[in-house]
Amino acid sequence: MTAERPVMLVTGSRKGIGRYLVEHYLTKGYLVEGCSRGESDLKDPSYTHHSVDVAEERAVRHMIADVTKRHGRIDVVLNNAAIASMNHILLTPAASANRMLQVNVTGTMLVCRDAAKVMIRRRYGRIVNFTTIVAPIALAGEAIYAASKSAVVTFTRILAFELGQWGITCNSFGATPIMTDMIRGVPQDKIDAVVNNLAIKRLGTHEDCANVCDFFISPTSDNITGQVIYLGGVT
Amino acid sequence: MIDATAAREIVVASLNEVFAQTGLPAPESITGDTVLVGKDAVLDSLGVVSLIVEVEQRVEAEHGVSVTLANDKAMSQRNSPFRTVSVLAEHVVAMVAEESAA
Repeated sequence: MTAERPVMLVTGSRKGIGRYLVEHYLTKGYLVEGCSRGESDLKDPSYTHHSVDVAEERAVRHMIADVTKRHGRIDVVLNNAAIASMNHILLTPAASANRMLQVNVTGTMLVCRDAAKVMIRRRYGRIVNFTTIVAPIALAGEAIYAASKSAVVTFTRILAFELGQWGITCNSFGATPIMTDMIRGVPQDKIDAVVNNLAIKRLGTHEDCANVCDFFISPTSDNITGQVIYLGGVT
Repeated sequence: MIDATAAREIVVASLNEVFAQTGLPAPESITGDTVLVGKDAVLDSLGVVSLIVEVEQRVEAEHGVSVTLANDKAMSQRNSPFRTVSVLAEHVVAMVAEESAA
């Protein structure tokens, strides 16, 4: 069976940007599948939640198999799931670094890999991998998180070349700080310093994220791939 | 579970699908000894990628088991489990058995 409506997978969909994007694309008619380590309280007939850690290979494979079994297609993947830990490198335990790399890099890779295997059946796909401006601005205190997100950008650029022949585009999106749980523990003066160095001196919004994703996943963006867009004038 | 005959049928059907999709020249006949990777292979590297994905999808569609054929174990073997039609079919049987037992 193949669903008539386009199918989207959003990782890290329980809260924050992921949750907003799920609701945004539900209003646009997508069948949305989401995942996070915990349960979601979002109830919508067009939304299915999977309690999955994206760093677990077998769990990701089973999630994608389940989506494919029910819908027969995956059109869009928004890889938003990530963890961050703001810490000076001299105080960063290896376990913390490894966990960030597992979720942010390996997790992104696993979801891309298994979803792309489904996308190539229909010779169509849109993948957006989430990065961050803290990588290009080299924000002190975010060394491992930023490094993991730099890896995501490089991975995505190469993915674009590996999957382009099947009509799958792969792009990265880097938001400026957005008031979500991920940065709630970051000192205000640190956030202010980042914002004051942007071309557009304000926090990012969920709507900013949806705007960029709308562009990347549009069917007419079939020649837009391997790119990275940062908010706020960061390059 | 999947038996050797069914696995081989899936590999051959997948191989024919890859030839049809990629336009790579198909051999006159496909046997168990048809070479898939390395010297004398009937596929190029991207053809092998397409074949593996096609086999995984057919296994899932026809037998309801989701497997990753290019797993750590497969990629670290001295002899590639993808080298011929019959070797790949044996690998499929083993991977399905492993997944079913998990």
